[in-house]
Amino acid sequence: MLRTNIKRVFKSGFLNFWRNGSVSFTAVLIMTMALLVVGSLILTQALLSSTLAQIKDKVDINVYLATSADESDIMDLKKRIESQPEVLTVVYSSREDELAKFKAKHENDELTLQALDEIGDNPLGASLEIKAKDPSQYEGIATFLDNQKSDNSESVIDKVNYSRNKSAIAALTNIITASDKLGFAVALFFAIIAFLISFNTIRLTIYMAREEISVKRLVGASTRYIKGPFVVSGLMYGFIATALAMLLLIPITYWAGPYTLGLGTGINIFTYYLSNVFSIGGTMFLAGLFIGSLSSYLAVKKYLRI
Amino acid sequence: MIYFDKVSKTYQNDTKALDSVSFTIKPKEFVSIVGHSGAGKTTIIKMILGEEKPSHGSVFFESVNISGLRKDDMTDYRRRVGTVFQDFRLLPNLTVYENIAFAMEACGRTDEEISADVPHVLGLVDLTKKMMNFPHQLSGGEKQRVAIARAIVNQPDIIIADEPTGNLDPVSTYDIIQILKKINDLGTTVILTTHNKGVVDSIGKRVITMEGGKIARDDKDGKFAI
Repeated sequence: MLRTNIKRVFKSGFLNFWRNGSVSFTAVLIMTMALLVVGSLILTQALLSSTLAQIKDKVDINVYLATSADESDIMDLKKRIESQPEVLTVVYSSREDELAKFKAKHENDELTLQALDEIGDNPLGASLEIKAKDPSQYEGIATFLDNQKSDNSESVIDKVNYSRNKSAIAALTNIITASDKLGFAVALFFAIIAFLISFNTIRLTIYMAREEISVKRLVGASTRYIKGPFVVSGLMYGFIATALAMLLLIPITYWAGPYTLGLGTGINIFTYYLSNVFSIGGTMFLAGLFIGSLSSYLAVKKYLRI
Repeated sequence: MIYFDKVSKTYQNDTKALDSVSFTIKPKEFVSIVGHSGAGKTTIIKMILGEEKPSHGSVFFESVNISGLRKDDMTDYRRRVGTVFQDFRLLPNLTVYENIAFAMEACGRTDEEISADVPHVLGLVDLTKKMMNFPHQLSGGEKQRVAIARAIVNQPDIIIADEPTGNLDPVSTYDIIQILKKINDLGTTVILTTHNKGVVDSIGKRVITMEGGKIARDDKDGKFAI
């Protein structure tokens, strides 16, 4: 009997959806808009994360080493720096590498290149480029380097460029942290708005069916038998709206893809969407089913009080 | 079968819809409740259906206090009462067949019982040819016959008809009343509310006359006397 009842509830829900064409169309349309907002928020968050990662990647500390420094001493220093827990990577650039970089940077500056030739010898020391796991940790690394420099009178360290960039790094750290939190708060806000809009739309569809609900009650249908078909219809709204929203995101992200890459975010949003279609789709699908079924369930409850 | 024990109903704006009303309806009776608008006829029906609770007094159905029923018990009780309304109250998105079948599905009847009984009751109300039509494709009289078919399909103990002919022409009115009389002859208690003198006089059975929320008259073989 349970199987029969479930079958009847699903059949009734489907008939409800199908035969109330205009109402179903409106509900699906509104929910599609809401899920597009949810999908857009997911993609915007991805863009923001990628942009922030790009910015983080640009922040580093450069340690300029003395021209007289021994290769083995330099490697020792490198190992000591790498052993620090805050350090992500340390990249060694030899004196020859530094010279090549310098020449490439000034390739159009004849005067500078001439002066370099005049010197004859390579005036540049090797360098170590240090990246921290988090921008807020550069202070700690800089302190460690200062200690290394002052502890050893024959230190291989000539100069650390942190103090010059300290304020910029601190500002960037604050921007990154604030953007992250703000991005999440904005996403949450719009997700709630999307839910409320969908909830009210479905409430309206059930308000229109309030007489029907009271008739079913008077005929002797149980609460579950009355609610069930509406929840099924709500699930159908959610399912179809999700499919439509996902399809609509294809041309939208295709058009926006080159722009997002050009803005320096580091990702083509279309490629990102296609590569993560299952996880994004899954999130939207769950959101759609949740909004559709919960809204129906709560809305029907109001008219079941007789 | 139904016993009203000094039932009063006062609404929030101090409107007294019923004032210490007491009466009994026996099994297999056909009772017409008549009165002007606002006399309390529909309030009595709502009390029997459990849609409203009395402010004072009690309404009993086979010695069970209706207003004291829990939700699940109320659902079971309503399956024993068939209702017919003035505005038909059919489910607009279901066909005639599905409207009647819904009443059986709500009671947990099997698909086999439904496919046997629904065509049978449709035959009783002479609507077999219209079973695949939707309510908006039917006339007023046909809609009311569907409503009656839905009300009787589960073989209820009582049929309550609240102004069932209010929206019908005289011919349809006559047809509906004949069907109700036939149902009563087969052993079902029928309670009919109306302010149609012709209907009441043609039935020739018990008439309860309501006036200002009280019972003005209760005649065994009554006539319409307002």
